[in-house]
Amino acid sequence: MFWFRLKRTVKLGGKSLWMHRLRSTLTTLGIVFGVCSVIAMLAIGQGASQEAQAAIAKLGSTNVIVKTVKPPATQTITAETESLSQYGLTYDDAESFRETIPNVQVVVPLFRMTEQAWYRMRKAQMDIVGTVPWYPEVAPVHLLRGRFLTAQDMEYRRNVCVVDEQVADQLFIVDDPLGRDIKVKGAYYQVVGVVTSIGATSLGSEDAANMIASDTHASGLIGNVYICLTTFKNIFGETQVQYPGTTRTTERVELQEVTVKVGSIDQIPITQQILESILDRTHTKKDYQVVVPFELLRQARKSKRIYTIVLSSIAAISLLVGGIGIMNIMLASVSERTREIGIRRAMGAKRRDIIFQFLSETVMLTLSGGLLGIIIGILIPYFVTHYSNMPTVVTPLSLILAFGISGAVGIIFGLYPAYRAAHMDPIESLRHE
Amino acid sequence: MAIVSIEKLCKEYQLGTFTVPALRDMDLTFEEGEYAAIMGPSGSGKSTLLNVLGCLDRPTSGRYFLGDRDVSNLSDDELSYIRGQRIGFIFQSYNLIPQLNIIENIEVPMFYQGWPEGKSEQKARQLADMVGLSDRLKHRPFELSGGQQQRVAIARALANDPLIILADEPTGNLDTESGKDILKLLNSLCEQGKTLIVVTHDAGVGQRAERIIHLLDGRIERIEKNGRHRPEKVETHAQIPPVET
Ligand SMILES: Nc1ncnc2c1ncn2[C@@H]1O[C@H](COP(=O)(O)OP(=O)(O)O)[C@@H](O)[C@H]1O
Ligand SMILES: [Mg+2]
Repeated sequence: MFWFRLKRTVKLGGKSLWMHRLRSTLTTLGIVFGVCSVIAMLAIGQGASQEAQAAIAKLGSTNVIVKTVKPPATQTITAETESLSQYGLTYDDAESFRETIPNVQVVVPLFRMTEQAWYRMRKAQMDIVGTVPWYPEVAPVHLLRGRFLTAQDMEYRRNVCVVDEQVADQLFIVDDPLGRDIKVKGAYYQVVGVVTSIGATSLGSEDAANMIASDTHASGLIGNVYICLTTFKNIFGETQVQYPGTTRTTERVELQEVTVKVGSIDQIPITQQILESILDRTHTKKDYQVVVPFELLRQARKSKRIYTIVLSSIAAISLLVGGIGIMNIMLASVSERTREIGIRRAMGAKRRDIIFQFLSETVMLTLSGGLLGIIIGILIPYFVTHYSNMPTVVTPLSLILAFGISGAVGIIFGLYPAYRAAHMDPIESLRHE
Repeated sequence: MAIVSIEKLCKEYQLGTFTVPALRDMDLTFEEGEYAAIMGPSGSGKSTLLNVLGCLDRPTSGRYFLGDRDVSNLSDDELSYIRGQRIGFIFQSYNLIPQLNIIENIEVPMFYQGWPEGKSEQKARQLADMVGLSDRLKHRPFELSGGQQQRVAIARALANDPLIILADEPTGNLDTESGKDILKLLNSLCEQGKTLIVVTHDAGVGQRAERIIHLLDGRIERIEKNGRHRPEKVETHAQIPPVET
């Protein structure tokens, strides 16, 4: 019985809305735009935040990373001057971290540089990472084939390397990389293992957005090659000579990164404090930067929360405006259909029947607006991802929520017009022209 | 047997500080199967009486029995229910719902009485057939002539097998030909035993009724009997209320 009644009411509502299809369409636009912008923006925000969080998670939430940064220039370098500047983290720093910090699990020193690597006649730009055999404990690299660097490699400064999948794919293409040699700066390194790619691990600044920008693809690099730090220092030397403009500066940097891994997240704040106090004592210049991935994660979550709040307010306002528009149109519709209401009342319709009729009509209007908004709201992120490579995530929850809210807007803003309709005097309404 | 009876019925309208009496102390009964006409000058209270009889309006005072039920003081919901169940309306301006087709229009009263879908449609078809519109079922009201629309309205008024059918100037908007047509249809309803109360200006319409109730200033001026129909039945309550002047 109820279903028949609902079916009839929906059919009638559809007919009535169809009679004024232009008006109905224009009226629902508010809801359509409200819903679609919310879904699209949520999808974009969610995508960005997931990407940021994944990038941060890659850094390891129980890690504290100390990086070398070039200190602000204190001495003015005049043209033709040859200056040697030494700065940054040292082995001694890494050693004192390992000795001083309680609950430290591993300390991973790292030096990296971008170099041309050759395999036969092919060459490509890649990140040469000098590190230690326990590097995989602080970074999400998983061994795919062969082995990672070992203590023996380290001790004997063997010319071996581990490449990641991207290098394996793009430099070796169809050849099996294991056992092959790649040439970097005139020296040959035998590939002993293949690991998963992690994209960029280097953090340009403390800000998560920049982290995303330093993606491997963006800089034209094809991947990482891991070499023992000892071998690395042996071969490349520790001094970097750079020629910015006409000035020749020779820079000496021992380590670019030291990652300290502790047992649990609770120990992060104290670890950070200790690290900073150690560094503060030994470094006169501010030539380091402490990055706490867990902090970044917290900030990312916080900024996502703020984004969500702002978005919800925009959504609420646009739905409010849309709802008021709908109420306005429904009031007009009620007064236009006064006579119909009178007829129905004379034919035995109770007040609640009239309320049900007009309320379902309003809800149909907002739900179809919501549905249209959902469709457009799904399409927008799809095209955004398609054309700009920006990741977007449309969550099913946001769709259900949008649909539910459209229905709720219909009920809330339809109630008053429906009430007006139901409380008109039947005789007056029948007399209405 | 009296199917409608009103006792000392008053209806007043409040216009600001003025009280406009539309019906004054009216006593009246209608028999089952009766065909009665209500006539009178404009403003004499015909429509008001019909609205009260149709449970669209509550009397200010007095009593109104419809069938076995005192309906003088019912709630809005109860009145709606009574209207849907016991009363069929025919209006001067047809009052069909423009969005609905003929079948759906006829189904409206049954819809509010909660008839099941199949049953109400079957009944609507039957009624449309009876008023001679079985070939127009899917048409919308504006596609029909006035006379045809009024036939639909009559079919709709019959949908719930009402106790009484109330018609306010059913031929008022029609040309003479279709007017006659409608009157014939009403006559045939009467012959089927329906109780019919028709408000009219047209003396010709009145002549077809068994009884003509003349109203003046909210009172019954006189009741004119027209013995042509149902001669076998005897009027049991012929008391004519005194006419005040
Ligand atoms: N809603 C109303 N408000 C005030 N006065 C009304 C109303 N309806 C009817 N009346 C008055 O009641 C009297 C009877 O009206 P009505 O029943 O419409 O007469 P008829 O249908 O015989 O022309 C008239 O004087 C009219 O002015
Ligand atoms: Mg009138």
